[in-house]
Formats: sequence, structure tokens, C-alpha cells
Amino acid sequence: MRHLGYLAVLAACLLGTAPLEVFLRTRVYARWRRLVRTLVPVLVVFVGWDLYAIARGQWSFDACRVTGVRLPGGIPVEEVLFFVVVPICAILTLEAVRARRRDWPGWSVGDEPAVPDRPDRAETRPESVPRRTSRGKAGRQPDDRGDASRRREVGDG
Amino acid sequence: MSYTALAVAGVLAAVVADLFAFRVRLVRRRAFWTAYAIIIVCQLVTNGVLTGFRIVRYDPDAILGPRIAYAPVEDLLFGFALVLWTLDWWVWFGRRGRRRPTATGRRRRPTATGRSQVDGS
Repeated sequence: MRHLGYLAVLAACLLGTAPLEVFLRTRVYARWRRLVRTLVPVLVVFVGWDLYAIARGQWSFDACRVTGVRLPGGIPVEEVLFFVVVPICAILTLEAVRARRRDWPGWSVGDEPAVPDRPDRAETRPESVPRRTSRGKAGRQPDDRGDASRRREVGDG
Repeated sequence: MSYTALAVAGVLAAVVADLFAFRVRLVRRRAFWTAYAIIIVCQLVTNGVLTGFRIVRYDPDAILGPRIAYAPVEDLLFGFALVLWTLDWWVWFGRRGRRRPTATGRRRRPTATGRSQVDGS
């Protein structure tokens, strides 16, 4: 069982954060396409970093506590999964914070819809959001600017 | 490069990307730092287990030496870069897809646009 040590840590992370998806409705797993797209550049950069560190001997893994499945470059499969599990936990945490602070001024993250389509949420939106002529063209700059100005108004950052 | 130098460079690169490439500016957002405060506690526990049980071992020559909860201080920088880089991509993809229903679920869309609703953005 000892060789499952690293996997057990990862499983604990996933199990520990899973309630956020259920009880706070973080909708991270629900938006799985966005999640998968996010994981790709994370894996590219950090597995790359890890391979470099392994090659240079900066860190190594206890052979007794990993399954022994190694991918090219000598990286244990658990280490690759680490860069899947930890980002998922981080995103779940961010979305959980948002779920508790939704509609609070000054708690935006930057991907909020630019166009008020729910009147009750209108006050959290920048007043400068322009006339929306074409949805395709509205672009991201207006909200960008609006967001920044709103943040200044509430004295955030 | 030593782990120390790489970790510092990683944090700087992630912050520069956040501010100037993604322009998501998470490092200036309250929601990010609140989430990070929670994440860092979990990270110290998880990393403490991984390094305390010596599942992961470090070459003493590649690190400065000081440890927090068994893990080299460099791991905090590594973790910060990982979290910031991850959340920037997450928000960036959300920004790109926000013409479609997002975090709060399916919203009523004005029908005049003739846009079909797609979930899972």
C-alpha cells in the first residue's frame, strides 16, 4: 500500500474540494471544456519545469511511495497528475470565493459578463458598458475599462 | 538554474503575464488573494505531507535551505506561480467565452440576437 502514498494525497485533495462543486455550485467540473483548456498550458509549462528539475536532480521521488509508472523523462505519473489536481483545487477555491461574494462590488475576477441581462445584477456592472450593437463586436475592452474604473470607485486595489 | 532562481523567475513571469499578457490583473483583485489565502493553507498541508514523508526529496544544493512545514521555501513560490498561471488561463478562457452562459448558469438571453445557447463554455 505504501506505493499508493502520493496518489492518496492527490485523491484527498480532490475529495476535500469536491463538496465545493456540490454545495457552493462552483460549476468547475460542469464547465469541463473550459477546465480542460485551462489545464493544457498549465501542464505544458509545469511538467516542462518538472522534467528540467528531475533531469538536474533538483528533486526526486521515493520509489516506495509512487506506483512506479513513469512517463518519458522519468517523471512519475503522480507528478503529472499533481498538475491536474492542484489547478482543479485552485480553480474550485476561486470559484467558491466568487460564489460567496457574487454581486459584491469589488469582488470581480475579470470574466463577468459585460452585458446586464439580469436586472438584479445590474448594479454590479460598470455603468460605462456601451450600447450593445452586435454581440460579436462588443469585445472585451469595454468591460475591461469599466471593470477597472469600477474598481477604482470602490477603492479596491 | 537552481530551484531558487527558477522559482523566483516563475513568480515574476506569472505576474508579468497576469498584468501584461492576459491583462486579467488577478494580483490586483480581492477575490484572487482571498482564494490564495485559502489555497496556501491547503498547500502547506499537502506539501507538508509530500515532503514530510519524503515522498518528494530535494537536492540540498538546489535550494536555499529554510523550510516551512517540511517543504523548502521555494515551494511557496512554485505554488504561487502555479496557482496564478492556472487562474489566469481559467479567467481568460472565461472572458473569451462569456458571450455564452457562464458561471451563474443559463440566463435568459434576448431572443433578438438569434444566438443559440451553449452550455459548458
